[in-house]
Amino acid sequence: MTTLIIADHNHAALQAATFNAVTAAQKIGGDIHVLVAGSNAQEVAKAAAGIAGVAKVVHADAPHLGSLTAENVAATIVAIVRAGGYTHVLAPATGFGKNVMPRVAALLDVAQISEIVVVESDDTFVRPIYAGSVMATVRSGDPIKVITVRATGFDAAAATGGSAAIEPVAAAPDTALSKVTGQELSKSERPELTSARIVISGGRGVGSAENFKLLEALAAKLNAALGASRAAVDAGYVPNDYQVGQTGKIVAPDLYIAVGISGAIQHLAGMKDSKVIVAINKDPEAPIFQIADYGLVGDLFQIIPEFTAALS
Amino acid sequence: MKVLVAVKRVVDYNVKVRVKADGSGVDTTNVKMSMNPFDEIAVEEAVRLKEKGIATEIVAVSCGLTACQETLRTALALGADRAILVETDVELQPLAVAKLLRAVAAKEQPKLVILGKQAIDDDANQTGQMLAALLGWPQGTFASKVDLAGDRATIKREVDGGLETIEIGLPAVVTADLRLNEPRYATLPNIMKAKKKPMETTSPAALGVDVTPRITTLKVVEPPRRKGGGRVADVAELVAKLRNEAKAI
Repeated sequence: MTTLIIADHNHAALQAATFNAVTAAQKIGGDIHVLVAGSNAQEVAKAAAGIAGVAKVVHADAPHLGSLTAENVAATIVAIVRAGGYTHVLAPATGFGKNVMPRVAALLDVAQISEIVVVESDDTFVRPIYAGSVMATVRSGDPIKVITVRATGFDAAAATGGSAAIEPVAAAPDTALSKVTGQELSKSERPELTSARIVISGGRGVGSAENFKLLEALAAKLNAALGASRAAVDAGYVPNDYQVGQTGKIVAPDLYIAVGISGAIQHLAGMKDSKVIVAINKDPEAPIFQIADYGLVGDLFQIIPEFTAALS
Repeated sequence: MKVLVAVKRVVDYNVKVRVKADGSGVDTTNVKMSMNPFDEIAVEEAVRLKEKGIATEIVAVSCGLTACQETLRTALALGADRAILVETDVELQPLAVAKLLRAVAAKEQPKLVILGKQAIDDDANQTGQMLAALLGWPQGTFASKVDLAGDRATIKREVDGGLETIEIGLPAVVTADLRLNEPRYATLPNIMKAKKKPMETTSPAALGVDVTPRITTLKVVEPPRRKGGGRVADVAELVAKLRNEAKAI
């Protein structure tokens, strides 16, 4: 039994969720290899080789993997899986993993199990359905299990302690099906949303993009990441990558502070596994209070500055 | 240009689902069913392409129980021209649906297939990508903007760090994300007109597709409910509790 983990990276560094996928593979058992498919991604391959528990790093490097299109990455993965006889192929359930892995599964003619949060055995897993209001235990009968791993279900494997060999392999040829022509990526000093210890999220109640600066000040004090509800993103207060929820980012920080967020089921799906939840909302009937450990009913425009000042 | 839109009948997003007493599945008896919200966005995008004069015909397709006809009638009321029901009561999983849609696409020869990015019941987020792979077509997933020009499409996609723009050739598969558009409501006159629009029924056997499920659901449970409802009176109390009780800051 050997698992191939598909590293999520930007050619310079590994994305945090890759480490959680390694832990999921450890629970499955057997050898763990990591595939780094990229362009000039040697540093990523070295980082992967250092992860505790990884036996081998497979490094496929080519210019046409530079934009990490699903078509090209999937083609490379499939070639390597077939050649290597892997029984399990895992990727973190990041935007990258979600884009690529179903293509891999279909090309291998196997099912995919999306967003596992528990490994029960090498063929049985637990995953959320209905926005996480139901947990399903499922078993795959396919000879190769293609799986995406919800990072919040597993601890991160240690980044050091491993000393795997790095094996260069050929990338599959360029499919020439897709070209990335532009990117608009958020630039922020704040920690990354899905791996931050503290997250402060704003909802419709924040009222404007300008008002989000209030949350930024608090976030700076707490070294927190900033998130948002769908309503805040739809209204244009923050870019789409801030969205926490069923179809956005899934987070489970030590502390989640929901500001001006009503608490629709779809939002809860993205944060209800946070260790501590604080809710600040002027509506005492807001559903968010039902899951908050500490709820403060009041005007966020008074509370947030007061909170920020109290932390000085 | 023909556009194929796939739609799924799911439990309405407002329903609080409950699991059956024996844990074998979710209880859907007498529960309100609707078109998957992301599929409404997919249909809307197709209709807008038709209104722009880019799409000439919109074919809506759904796979599953006979009741999926309701979902197809909704698609017709929103502006699709024709509907295809692939009827079966076998539990359909994404790989099987992708194979059914591939067979339908082989017959219909669309230039564009639009699906919702994920269904809010199984939350799998696989079918569009699988279909693209089986067809050997490019994919534009999590699309928040679709622009077509001749034989090419420019897609703006929502990615982890923000937005990415890709250029792909047609035919292609696009999966619709939340902000692609705001779907219209079906008007009563259009609902009436939809009853007369053509709907054909076929089956996995007729399409030559094996839809045997690959994944078995062993059990479903509702996760333990989080104990909430804690209140603090003011910021001072909040900070104190977070420091001393929760040790979170």
